[in-house]
Amino acid sequence: MNAPRALRAASVLLVALAAALAAGPSAASDPLDALMQQLALRRHGHVTFTEVQYLAVLDRPLESSGELLYEAPDRLEKRILSPRAETLVLAHGVLSATRGQRTRTLPLAAWPQLAPLFECLRATLAGDRAALERVFSVALDGDPSRWTLHLAPRDPAATRLLSQVLITGEQADLKTVEIVQADGDRSLLSIGRELSP
Amino acid sequence: MTRAGWAGTLVFAVLAALAAALVARARYTADLSAFLPRAPTEGQRLLTEELRTGFASRLIMVAIEGADASTRAHAAAELAQRLRANPAFVEVSDGDPQGFAHTADFLLEHRYQLSDAVTPERFTTEGLHAAIGATLELLASPEGLLAKPLFTSDPTGETLHILDGLDPPPIATLEGVWSSRNGRRALLIAQTAAAGSDTDGQERAVVAIHSAFAAAAASLTPATALRLRLSGPGVFAVTARAVIREQVIRLSTLSAILIAALLLAAYRSVPALLLTFVPVASGALAGVVAVALGFGVVHGITLGFGVTLIGEAVDYAIYLFIQTGRESARLAVGPDADEWRRGLWPTIRLGMLSSVCGFAALVPSGFQGLAQLGLYSIAGLVAAALVTRFVLPEWRPRVLRTRDLTALGTALARILEKLRSARAALAVLALLAGFVLFEHRATLFSRELYDLSPVPIADQELDASLRADLGAPDARYLVVVSSPDTGAALSAAEAIARRLKALTEAGVIGGFETPTRYLPSPATQHARQMSLPPPAELAAHLQRGLAGLPVSAARLAPFLNDVEAARTAAPLTPRELARTPLGSALDALLAVSGSTTTAFLPISPTAASDLSAAALGEIRVAVADAMRAPPPQLVEVARADFGPASVTARLLDLKAEADDLYTHYLTQAVSLSLVGLAAILLLLALTCSPARALRVVAPLALAVLTVAAGLAAAGQRLGILHVVGMLLIVAVGSNYALFFDRLAQHEHADVPRTLASLAVANLATVIGFGVLAFSSVPVLAALGRTTAPGALLALLFAALLAPRAALKTPA
Repeated sequence: MNAPRALRAASVLLVALAAALAAGPSAASDPLDALMQQLALRRHGHVTFTEVQYLAVLDRPLESSGELLYEAPDRLEKRILSPRAETLVLAHGVLSATRGQRTRTLPLAAWPQLAPLFECLRATLAGDRAALERVFSVALDGDPSRWTLHLAPRDPAATRLLSQVLITGEQADLKTVEIVQADGDRSLLSIGRELSP
Repeated sequence: MTRAGWAGTLVFAVLAALAAALVARARYTADLSAFLPRAPTEGQRLLTEELRTGFASRLIMVAIEGADASTRAHAAAELAQRLRANPAFVEVSDGDPQGFAHTADFLLEHRYQLSDAVTPERFTTEGLHAAIGATLELLASPEGLLAKPLFTSDPTGETLHILDGLDPPPIATLEGVWSSRNGRRALLIAQTAAAGSDTDGQERAVVAIHSAFAAAAASLTPATALRLRLSGPGVFAVTARAVIREQVIRLSTLSAILIAALLLAAYRSVPALLLTFVPVASGALAGVVAVALGFGVVHGITLGFGVTLIGEAVDYAIYLFIQTGRESARLAVGPDADEWRRGLWPTIRLGMLSSVCGFAALVPSGFQGLAQLGLYSIAGLVAAALVTRFVLPEWRPRVLRTRDLTALGTALARILEKLRSARAALAVLALLAGFVLFEHRATLFSRELYDLSPVPIADQELDASLRADLGAPDARYLVVVSSPDTGAALSAAEAIARRLKALTEAGVIGGFETPTRYLPSPATQHARQMSLPPPAELAAHLQRGLAGLPVSAARLAPFLNDVEAARTAAPLTPRELARTPLGSALDALLAVSGSTTTAFLPISPTAASDLSAAALGEIRVAVADAMRAPPPQLVEVARADFGPASVTARLLDLKAEADDLYTHYLTQAVSLSLVGLAAILLLLALTCSPARALRVVAPLALAVLTVAAGLAAAGQRLGILHVVGMLLIVAVGSNYALFFDRLAQHEHADVPRTLASLAVANLATVIGFGVLAFSSVPVLAALGRTTAPGALLALLFAALLAPRAALKTPA
């Protein structure tokens, strides 16, 4: 082997190696990482929603509708407009619920059984995989054009109330959030059209 | 020793043994309430009662700092568990959600007696439709997850309604336990079984918390550096007592050593030194016996302070030893004995009697602490003087030789002689002092009880921050409702609460608490039970009321059963609540003791400011209105169930009451002291001529005036202990003035020795109190800073104002 050939072979190897290294992060070897990165790009959102709750104790489902507002990374507002106005704001880990004149605040850290209900949506919107995996064991199926996140709560107190959360979406847009309670009751939140900010 | 000497010694020994036996059997207390004033007004009686045994006085706030949140939470939970097993604690709260679940169960069970939404209208067809509709909307919201299990038995949502109304103080929670808002401390509240004024009981509780914490921290793996911090009224009392005790012991030891060194230098004789302490020790014994017999119980503070107050007794022996310390030193017979009995003793006796007059003024004080100290001092000084007169001279060894201080006395006489030329300056000083006092007249006396507080600022700040975090405000304004009947007191509290609610909405007050939030009056409970329809009627209303709602009556069978059970339930009493976490909330607001029930309605001011006089006026009007016109239906039920019971209600400003109380005793102490001074003047006028009496009193009055002016000029406000200090200036100083008077009267008196003895005695007093002046405890410092300079000035002024003859030394 002469020297120039050896050099050429070496340089080919180096280029290949560099390409592989550069491609590593962006090519998203893990589809969940890829989804999260895509979701994290969204800094705010303002959409309509409808929610249907199926409760065993009731003869027919409860329906409600309103708007959802999101500001990255940790402010989520749910404005229920019908059948009766109520505003829920989750900001910096504290949930405040306003009905009429009355505002009630719940620090979610104090209510481990309620925390997953809000964290599932907030962490997904923020693309915060670490936060999501702190609260849930996470599984993803489908492809970027139509995906489903299966979230099962880790906290034993939470599993007494909540059995799992299913979030579906297309690319960076969430479509539905289905919450299945431990007693079989469930709610389905469907995200509608985008509103101007 | 002479025959009389043996007799005296025998009597002394018998009395001392008897006294020792009495002292050993006497009852002692550290309970601060023994020292609290006998309160003259109803408001002050309530105040002292609250200070003694009130719920707030039994709270200990516990904070754990260091390491990370989860370690702190583990330690806090572990500590709470250990403390709950200790009978010294009635209740330990740490934010454990189990406690909340327990409360929710209790509320669910008694919801139809506790919910103020329960009215006859609510159980009509329309009322049920509206209430159940509202609950369904709640089910749709995230809180619905918590409300859902209750829905079939509580479709009208009473339980959640009660929980809303309870509105617990929003204490932050971290890792399952209460936390400070900044997240750096885990917090607990412990309620002691011992009353707040039972300082021994509080100390046991504090020690128990410390050892439980040590055990809890030791059980953590890995071992981490956690710190425990405690606060609360009981903790303050324990700390204050420990600080006062430590300082009294340390400072009295220091001053005893310094005085002993001084006396050793003066006498150059160890036996004389030891004998010098015999009168004061006898006096202390007699003082304790007198207080035990007179009051039935001796307070720790009397023991600690008493010896300081009878320090004058040391002077008696100094006068004896220095003024009669001649070569032969024969006191029982011979020229010295004559000198002692005819000249020295009558002067000491008169000085002692004038001190007794001064202290006698303290005995009638309503402040039991001052009364005990007064009696202690009287008995102590009389006993010390008697020992000095009848026992000490006999014990004095015949060959005892003390140092001859004639040379020192002669030198002093020369200096004083020169200073006398500046006597006119005293008139200027008197005018100046008078001017300073006049200038400071508005701020001369301390009006705030808290000026006495020995609690360091850092501890007060910790207390404030823990209170803020735990939502346990230091209640200043209270409406207090009292009645022999618990139900009547609660009914009245409800009527007042209705009006306070209107004042809150009008923005006059920031808010209020009432025991009826946790326990409605029996009348109200009964009225609510009467609003529940009988089963058939309710079933019919429900059937129609559910029309248009997504729920069928069949599912709500538990609701019908619960309502029927509630209709005949027994009324809730404080006893049922005691077993729930609501019990401690109720305890804070409702005290049932003996035949009286007292309900407290703490009022918080708007913003952080105090309530204005106008706001207080409005509250008073509201309370008066409520008492005049309770709602008719409640009165009717209350009459039927309990008969007409007398109820009183009044607004209390605790801080103003405390300050009034303090001012009252300060004023009393000042006027009693003036009476004491008048008594001294009278005593002297009767025993010598009025002119001599004036000459004796003038330097003392000037010394008191100068010290008071000095303190005022230094920005100190005068408190009770300053007044006691001034009394001591007069007590000690009267001896000095009387000796100068004697020197002026007796041509053959030994001027140099008298002067030397006065100088030594004065130096001993100045050392004793001067050491106290450096104490960090305000009461001790006040006593020292008044008496030490005052005694020095009293001697100086007495010397300068004495006739020239008093300073005449043999050429």
